Amino acid sequence: MNIMPYLIRGLATGGQFALVAIGYTMVYGILKLINFAHGDLFMVSGMLLIYLVADFPTMPIYFSILIMIVITVVIGYLIEKCAYSPLRQAPRMSVMISAIGVSYLLQNLVAYLTGGISKQFPELPFLSENIRLFGVKDKISVFLSPILAILLTVALVFVINKTKFGMSMRAVSRDFETSQLMGIKINWVISVTFAIGAFLAAAGSLLYFSKNTGINHLAGSTPGIKAFIAAVVGGIGSVPGAVVGALIIGVVESLARAFDLADFADVISFALLIIILVVKPTGLFGEQVREKV
Amino acid sequence: MHIWGLLKKMSSILEIKNLNVCFGGIRAVDNISFDVEKGKIITLIGANGAGKSTILRSVSGIVKPTGGDIMFEGESILGLSPDKIVSKGITLVPEGRRVFPNLTVLENLKIGAFLRKDKLTDDIEYVYSLFPRLKERHWQQAGTLSGGEQQMLAVGRALMSRPKLIMMDEPSLGLAPLVVRDIFSIIRTINDDGITVLLNEQNANMALKIADKGYVIETGNLTLEGTGRELLENNSVKEAYLGKSK
Repeated sequence: MNIMPYLIRGLATGGQFALVAIGYTMVYGILKLINFAHGDLFMVSGMLLIYLVADFPTMPIYFSILIMIVITVVIGYLIEKCAYSPLRQAPRMSVMISAIGVSYLLQNLVAYLTGGISKQFPELPFLSENIRLFGVKDKISVFLSPILAILLTVALVFVINKTKFGMSMRAVSRDFETSQLMGIKINWVISVTFAIGAFLAAAGSLLYFSKNTGINHLAGSTPGIKAFIAAVVGGIGSVPGAVVGALIIGVVESLARAFDLADFADVISFALLIIILVVKPTGLFGEQVREKV
Repeated sequence: MHIWGLLKKMSSILEIKNLNVCFGGIRAVDNISFDVEKGKIITLIGANGAGKSTILRSVSGIVKPTGGDIMFEGESILGLSPDKIVSKGITLVPEGRRVFPNLTVLENLKIGAFLRKDKLTDDIEYVYSLFPRLKERHWQQAGTLSGGEQQMLAVGRALMSRPKLIMMDEPSLGLAPLVVRDIFSIIRTINDDGITVLLNEQNANMALKIADKGYVIETGNLTLEGTGRELLENNSVKEAYLGKSK
């Protein structure tokens, strides 16, 4: 049996999950919040492109994609401003419930607007074209996904570890009040974090939906859950961890398919989650900062 | 205005006027007024929970007062956001040091200068000259430092914003006596370099020895003021804060 196509498709799904998983892990790192609405934002982003292409057929596709990314980032920013920012002093549970609320709001809003009918994602130039590589014939988006995920991650890790803004992100993730005393505007840092997460979700949705072209209002939940598992497996709060976790999940599920266990793909990823949590509760890359008092 | 009053006004860098702070109905600071003279070391002494920290946190904009005014260099800073207050030249070394454990020592220093756009090399060298230990450990994560080293880092980090007024909240808390002595001698050095110091201390003995002026705070009220020496010799201060009987 030729395992190569399964490996490549696994890495592709893994790369797409990774782009979503980074959003979960970054928001968790800074707010200690699991942003349940993130998977639905991913779905909304795909839906947006469908409507942009259908309603403005004369607009060049690249322009539609650009507008889609901008709107997704704005929605990500607004979710934080409206649903999480007013709850800054509230117990963590309240913010989490607010996140679940936003998730349902997005799903139902889309269900209302689309009538709950599945829509077809448009054919994208370049991304949706078929090519043959390593003896595997598939869409370019499949081959591009892991590469793009890793490039964006490297860029992001560089920003977090080497720039002044990244330093302020790391500071805010540890201590809001002291960060304020340094003159850092924490609300701004949090907003930018959400914007980055939304941008990556938009990029992920382009790649994911150009392969899985049917979108309805629930299309974000499975990738969202998988990305969340990936973030936890990798060690939530760690960006490289989320990417490694996502690639593992993607490959494992795809290999399950290769061995005719497609029906068990979800079972295997959730089992993997449980095993990792039992063996290493902080996840693969979870940080345990040594602290001396 | 009386000529002495005017002169005093010009020499004070920070004026607290009828400050009131309430937390959920409890009055933590009750109508306190005092001045911090420019270039001096001023200390607030008092027991745990007397409201000293709340005063410093109000000045730095973390806590919103319910009444009164806070003037810095003649301008009201009441209601400004913490970053605006830092950029005016006020910095707070928080209680319990609060260094960023996940950042390196050098990054902790750099983040102290977050609002500055100019070169930091001279300031980093200045901090290293005050605390040579930090230079040795500049690459380490701050969470791995000892308590005393973390306190040095917290002070160094605060200096990086080039403050005119540095406020320190319990800098000696939980530190070994030898380290406490080091910290206090550094406070003096910083003051000699022209920075006004407002110091909160439970270690009243050490604080009053280096202070030009001290204020005693009891349950949200200012009960006594005087020069450091006066307070050291005051009987009620001796009894309550210095552990000496009459």
